[in-house]
Amino acid sequence: MRRYIFSLLLGLTFCCPVLVAQTPAAASTSDRLTKLEAQVAQAQSSADNAWMLTSAALVLMMTGPGLALFYGGLVRKKNVLATMMQSFAMMAIISVLWALLNYSLAFGSGTSFVGGLHNVFLRGVGLTPDPDYSATIPLQTFMIYQLMFAIITPALVTGAFAERMKFSAMALFLTLWAIVVYSPMAHMVWGKGGLLNAALGGRFPTLDFAGGTVVHITSGVSALVCALYLGKRVGYPKEAMPPHSVVLSFIGACLLWVGWFGFNAGSALGSSPLATSAFVNTHFGAAAAALSWALAEWIRNGKPSALGAISGAVAGLVAITPAAGFVQPMSAIVIGLVAGVFCYFMVIKVKAWFGYDDSLDAFGVHGAGGTIGAILTGIFASSAINPIFKDPKTGATLPSGAIEGNWHQIGNQLVGIAIAWVISIVGTLILLKIVDVTIGLRVPTDDEVEGLDLTQHGEEGYDFAS
Amino acid sequence: MQKIEAVIQPSKLDAVKDALVEIGIEGMTILEARGHGRQKGHTEFYRGREYTVDLLPKIKLEMVIPDELVDKAVEAIQSSARTGKIGDGKIFISKIDDAIRIRNDERGPSAL
Repeated sequence: MRRYIFSLLLGLTFCCPVLVAQTPAAASTSDRLTKLEAQVAQAQSSADNAWMLTSAALVLMMTGPGLALFYGGLVRKKNVLATMMQSFAMMAIISVLWALLNYSLAFGSGTSFVGGLHNVFLRGVGLTPDPDYSATIPLQTFMIYQLMFAIITPALVTGAFAERMKFSAMALFLTLWAIVVYSPMAHMVWGKGGLLNAALGGRFPTLDFAGGTVVHITSGVSALVCALYLGKRVGYPKEAMPPHSVVLSFIGACLLWVGWFGFNAGSALGSSPLATSAFVNTHFGAAAAALSWALAEWIRNGKPSALGAISGAVAGLVAITPAAGFVQPMSAIVIGLVAGVFCYFMVIKVKAWFGYDDSLDAFGVHGAGGTIGAILTGIFASSAINPIFKDPKTGATLPSGAIEGNWHQIGNQLVGIAIAWVISIVGTLILLKIVDVTIGLRVPTDDEVEGLDLTQHGEEGYDFAS
Repeated sequence: MQKIEAVIQPSKLDAVKDALVEIGIEGMTILEARGHGRQKGHTEFYRGREYTVDLLPKIKLEMVIPDELVDKAVEAIQSSARTGKIGDGKIFISKIDDAIRIRNDERGPSAL
């Protein structure tokens, strides 16, 4: 009996595969098409993500070592490390703060003025895309890319109070500033539901492709407030305080130019023709502005200086920032030419008229450059480059800027500019006051004379004798 | 023993050293200095601000030599350092009380 059952089981074991096996059905054309579509989407995502991660790295490089070198070379030797340390501190502090809180305040859903707390500790920020921001890249890519902007913006402000602010006060002030000024401004222009968000139906759509208002106006205007509040450096303006190393500034400026391709072209949020437009415009804006500043200097002083040329390039990059993904290349050249001369005038004449000590011209270049750039964006924006405005009923593309007949856009730009100015002035004043009454802002006079490298950090930047 | 201190234009250093070696003077101390006599400085421009630089780079040579060589040394320095323009520099001569070689305690002119 047992042997019978055993043979039966053995037989079934051999039969079963034969009974179960079927001829594979031919995969249908529609199945293959679906698979193909998925692969194409995957390929597009990969391309976009590769460019976005690269862009994020480029933007970080703008702060460190780009801005660190640019600013570091402009100060006196005794303050070189302290100045670079301010940029580096932003890389460290803002990064952690972004993950803990600020990403949520900037890009989480909330009100039209600021995001909510839904995404604190990066909750909900995973590797799948958020179509409101970009349908093809992981949300974490978007988050890390935006972080690099959040880092460089407060770092730019440090130019105003260079050589006289306490490290502790700077760290506290800029941490609070990032929460109170940067995040809301970023939210208004780029966040979902933002009041000024042109891409997501904001009430006053401000065309700001890569941060002319969010980054440059806020940092530049806040810098001016800081310079006025803190007062001038000891000995300014009688004592000569020339840059201790234009060489360092030169290297920094070139790193800024190259890094800016990530800043502007990366703001296309993909490796698209729009990224190409932004890349091309960025480059021409920088070049044209370097020429116009150098030319202005040549005419006025008889010689074009290296510092002038690189400052011009930076001014052009600032001005093209809001316009990069909206204008034609020839417009970018015009914007650059205008920005070079305008910022030269701001730094040379206006600063002397009012007598404020904006040590590294954060306001003259970024505040002024961002403002003029945002206005020019309203003039030169072209729907042929970026069809950002669409008729809600028909879906037809609407004119973007004044050159296409949409003069109303200049008004919207002015609203965005005004909000950036107001939030910067009010926020900065309040925060400066808070930090001033709690821990104090300036270093003691003796420390300022001895130098911040030694007194704030216990170091010397250069020790060639050793 | 006398000490010669000579403040000269930096571009003349090689010529002066060669001239001194030719008359038998090889030991000297060379310092990078800044200064001016009646020479005017120059103006530099940074971001629109004018800076008058009147501390100009100079080279200072110091040497302690036997009395017999002093006149020849002065002549050598002057002829090799002179351009005829303001800013050529100056030579100062002073008496030295003693000279000591650190390596082996030698003193006096033989220590030079």
